[in-house]
Amino acid sequence: MEQLDQIVPLLAATIRVAVPLILAGIAGLFSERSGVVDVGLEGKMLAGAFAAAAVASITGSVWLGLLAAIGVAGVLGILHGFVCITQRGDQVVSGVAVNILISGLTMTLGLAWFEQGGQTPPLPASARFGVVVLPFSETIGQIPGIGRFYTEVLGGQNILVYPTFALVPLAWWVLGSTRFGLRIRAVGESPAAVDTAGISVVRLRYAAVLIAGALCGVAGAYISTAQGAGFVRDMTGGRGFLALAALVLGKWRPWPTLFGCLLFAALDAVAIRLQGVVLPGIGAVPVEFVQTIPYIMTIILLAGFVGRAIPPKASGLPYVKDR
Amino acid sequence: MSGTALRLPWWADYILLPLLNLLLALLAAGLVVVATGENPLDAVVTMVNGAFGSGEGIGYTLYYATDMIYTGLAVAVAFHCGLFNIGAEGQAYIAGLGVALVCLYLDFLPFWLVLPLAIAGAALFGAGYAAIPGWLQAKRGSHIVITTIMTNFIAYAAMEYILVNVLIKPGQMSPETRYFAPNAVLPKMDAMFAAIGVDIAATPLNLAFVVALLCIALVWVLIWHTRWGYSLRVVGASPRAAVYAGIAPAGRVIQAMLLSGALAGGVALNEVMGAQGKLLINFPSGYGFTGIAVALMGRNHPLGVLIAAILFGALYQGGAELTFDMPAISPYLVVALQGLVILFTGGLATMLRPALVRALRIGAGAR
Repeated sequence: MEQLDQIVPLLAATIRVAVPLILAGIAGLFSERSGVVDVGLEGKMLAGAFAAAAVASITGSVWLGLLAAIGVAGVLGILHGFVCITQRGDQVVSGVAVNILISGLTMTLGLAWFEQGGQTPPLPASARFGVVVLPFSETIGQIPGIGRFYTEVLGGQNILVYPTFALVPLAWWVLGSTRFGLRIRAVGESPAAVDTAGISVVRLRYAAVLIAGALCGVAGAYISTAQGAGFVRDMTGGRGFLALAALVLGKWRPWPTLFGCLLFAALDAVAIRLQGVVLPGIGAVPVEFVQTIPYIMTIILLAGFVGRAIPPKASGLPYVKDR
Repeated sequence: MSGTALRLPWWADYILLPLLNLLLALLAAGLVVVATGENPLDAVVTMVNGAFGSGEGIGYTLYYATDMIYTGLAVAVAFHCGLFNIGAEGQAYIAGLGVALVCLYLDFLPFWLVLPLAIAGAALFGAGYAAIPGWLQAKRGSHIVITTIMTNFIAYAAMEYILVNVLIKPGQMSPETRYFAPNAVLPKMDAMFAAIGVDIAATPLNLAFVVALLCIALVWVLIWHTRWGYSLRVVGASPRAAVYAGIAPAGRVIQAMLLSGALAGGVALNEVMGAQGKLLINFPSGYGFTGIAVALMGRNHPLGVLIAAILFGALYQGGAELTFDMPAISPYLVVALQGLVILFTGGLATMLRPALVRALRIGAGAR
């Protein structure tokens, strides 16, 4: 029973932390499989977080907030597309620009519009995504062991958690079995071949960056209106880069990316609980070290020391028709 | 690409186009000011006055510019070798450790010995930390953008651990070291001028600014006037051509990152040994990323970096002044402007080019 007291909150926390990582990870997956590198996941998430919190606090509707987040982040996705696809600009530069621009813009507008030190007003429970109580929770909750798992891990989460986990098989099916998905992958490996087949490289890539933007918007809305209760400066806190790391760890494939997100989320959940804990033989665990494990793992994987991670062939390269 | 293939006179490519792009970024920032409910023109006047209107303003402008010269040069040198170093922030942070170790533990030495040792500490720690992504790019082919993003986060965590658990001054809560001894702190510019009898306003501007100017000259000579610098640029322009010319790209990649990291270390000199006189948490405060905007705007040329750094220094200082006069505007506006500058002078660098080609051709035809 005591072990259960440890494990159930840990699993529940892992799921809560993993959700924005999964959303951003799948966002990056679509963009990068189409050949558009996206280091701007962080900025798009932050914009989504701000838009969701701002609209939810003004209208009182969390759903309008979500919609605004998708809209704003989607527009940023299109902007990234305009730079990378239409203007053939540097994709990394564009992503960095979005990150810095949004970090400054959210604070500038937040301070001017809400006059609360850059934060949006704290959201009441009615303007946040509440906890979903699964059916029969009362009866199943009585069962020892499984009961707590049912009410606190499977249930007891907010409404955005479920579609997020459904997104992974959906992405897997879309990219693996649909015409659209296969074309997205083809355009990321060999755009010239796709072009020769008479399919528009530009339209496919725009579709991909739009999907990436929208998903980042959902991730942002989750952070500010489900996990949190309002916008705080730079509240995405590097999750966009962590998602990028999970994408590398998952070698640009949906299921392994999910695994990467869950792993990093579990590390985070464990790290918080390890704060100040003294392990026998090791001493106090440096939490900072646990936090760096995802980044170190990513570097090791990219370097190919353990199972090499190879990005899509055409990623980062603008497509030029007449060459 | 028909647009970019057309020739433009050099001044159009190197001066007019970047200026037009900067103008677009400023216009977009003006729209942001409008969104905050203030008058953008008033904001410009206040900012220019705040940055250049007083001795104090100029001092602060140059103090901020110092950090940006270092990171701008760091990003530019890597760019010349075809590398995008997003890790200047982390490299500067780690360099702070090098500076602090010298200033904390070797402060029994006289200043004229501490100074070169601290410079060496900054350069070595910055270069050493940049060597990791450099080596991985050169030898293992890992993309430098991803690895430098990751090394930034590792640097944040490592420095937090070191500051909180090791170097913290005993008996205080905030994670920072003790103040360095007076002989282990860079002299402020006002004190140096006072020594020769000239009175200027007291600001954090310090000797690191002079070192930064020397670095500009050094980079200019290295990149454009040595065989090594030439080979670096060949690798950046075309690694395959470099191989045919007998240049080993891997070596140049690592060397470029070493130099880049060492330059980023200058931020530690200016902040830790100069302005603060102690090592404190998160002292690079985003200058590593500002360096990207500075390098892009300066077209990766040392002189361009100097001009862009002073411009951004003025924006930082002017932005700080702005907050006093227009409470609706925050210093974060300058951060947003940085993003816009990176967007327009970097990502969209050639957007206006076809139009410019057309305009100039029409102009030439009319003549």
